Amino acid sequence: MGTHNYNLTEQFEFTGKAKTLSIVAIVIGIASIAYGFTDHGLHERTFANLLLMAYYFACVCMSGAFFLAVQFVAQAGWSASILRVPQAMAKTLPLAVVLLIVIMGAGLYTHNLYHHWHAEGLTDPNSPHYDKLIDGKSAFLNVPFFMGRQVIFLGIYCFFALLLSKLSNNEDLEGGLNSYTKSFKYSCIFLVIYGFTTPIFAFDTVMSLEAHWFSTMFGWYNFAAMWVSSLATMAIIIILLRKAGYMQWVNNSHLHNLGQFIFGFSIFWTYVWFCQFMLIYYANMPEETVYFYKRFEFYKFWFFLNLVLNFLTPVLLLMDRDNKRQENILLGVSIVVLCGHWVDYYQMIMPGSVEEGTNGFGIIEIGTAIGFVGLFTFSVLNALSKKPLIAKNHPLLQESLNHHL
Amino acid sequence: MSNIKYILGSFGDPDEMMHGIEKLQENNIKIHDVYTPMPIHGIEAKLGIKRSRLDILAFFCGITGTVSAFALIYLTSVVDWRNNIGGKPSFALPDFIPIMFELTILFTAFGLVGSYYASTHLFPGRAPRVMDLRATDDRFIIAVDAQENAEHSKIDGLLKEAGAIEVKHNERKYISYE
Repeated sequence: MGTHNYNLTEQFEFTGKAKTLSIVAIVIGIASIAYGFTDHGLHERTFANLLLMAYYFACVCMSGAFFLAVQFVAQAGWSASILRVPQAMAKTLPLAVVLLIVIMGAGLYTHNLYHHWHAEGLTDPNSPHYDKLIDGKSAFLNVPFFMGRQVIFLGIYCFFALLLSKLSNNEDLEGGLNSYTKSFKYSCIFLVIYGFTTPIFAFDTVMSLEAHWFSTMFGWYNFAAMWVSSLATMAIIIILLRKAGYMQWVNNSHLHNLGQFIFGFSIFWTYVWFCQFMLIYYANMPEETVYFYKRFEFYKFWFFLNLVLNFLTPVLLLMDRDNKRQENILLGVSIVVLCGHWVDYYQMIMPGSVEEGTNGFGIIEIGTAIGFVGLFTFSVLNALSKKPLIAKNHPLLQESLNHHL
Repeated sequence: MSNIKYILGSFGDPDEMMHGIEKLQENNIKIHDVYTPMPIHGIEAKLGIKRSRLDILAFFCGITGTVSAFALIYLTSVVDWRNNIGGKPSFALPDFIPIMFELTILFTAFGLVGSYYASTHLFPGRAPRVMDLRATDDRFIIAVDAQENAEHSKIDGLLKEAGAIEVKHNERKYISYE
């Protein structure tokens, strides 16, 4: 085992180009959202885009906390030196949660989101708009319970995300095994809660946009999407930090592990996507096929692009061992996967929430996405710059520094 | 020429064994193989072992499975005996995929188990090829071909110097039971 002399107090400085660019991106985002709100016909589409990006933002951040918990529960050694990156993502979760809840609340209030189950007279048998299916589901799909669930679930995720980063902070100050064993314990609890609640979170946030349709695969399908996009984000941040001269202890074995994760969970995503598709295709029941009918008729290009970006690209480019170990290839694939999951969410959300004719792909979509990417970059890099880039008292740190595959 | 076939250096510690490998290599003595009870990081690079071609084999086993599954379903349900299932066309590719997927995995698994048996000579019923039984327990063994290297006492000396607990001169290659 080689010796090493890394600077364990190294700290990220958030200045210069990264800061300027992320602020510019936020301004572009705000401008295009404002543009979306100037035209009354575009309100629905703007809200759908806001929901898409806020959901994406929250999912990437909470999967950062999930990554932390998985590493603690598995007692993984390889990742000990890169844990500060998912921690920074976890610390950004409260911001993402506030945004998501505000957007959902505003969308419900102005009837721009979830109008499929939240509208005048849907549950009133004497109303001309009476919808028997929605009425049957109204015990679950009503505004107070819906918002309550969101607040509780996201609140719990935030609590554990902040708790895990706080424990890591204590570990830096005090040393010893105390924080590690506590992290292990809270991670176990978090994983159980997370596993049972993320499907419901996905049902609420995305599936209820088309409240007549349902799929029990949908929760895991979304879980796979959020997990793989979070892993890709992590890989991008780590590789860019390395290119900027930070985190020199990250070697190509760490990249190999991240690449394996991205490869494996891209295939898992495809597996779940395909299971959902094939069961509906095979059974051919009208109440289920309506979902794919819409996507296949009006979003055919996106439907296939989704598979190309999220399945073919990672499979073909990351299957080879040497490719996983090369930072430029991993960086490229991670960016493609992130764009791919935007496309994935796009064709989950748009057909159900935007009327045909006002939908499309233009300034609002690109601008909102750029704005949220800027906000994410700004807040995560800001959180990252608050602490040293390595948890110097992590008990498994040596294993990570000597990681070799 | 003696009838000693292999010289085995038996080490109690992996680091000492790695040191022994270095010593032998410095003196240009070719190492036949090394046997350890557990995997050791970086030993492949040190011994100059070529990268395994297992992945290529796995790929071809898998693709055979995919093609076989496709051929099976296509010939039975499209060419030979068309059935009307839910009004779908006979050649409904999404329905084929689960079977193609499963057969890919099955063929890969069988192919790799077979190649494992072939490369380790571990067919059921055959005695395993072992040079030193303790390599399966607590010792780290370096084996040097005695026929290729003449200076036996020098090899013994080098192994002892590196920390070998015991140096054996085997007259048989394997102490198996065949």
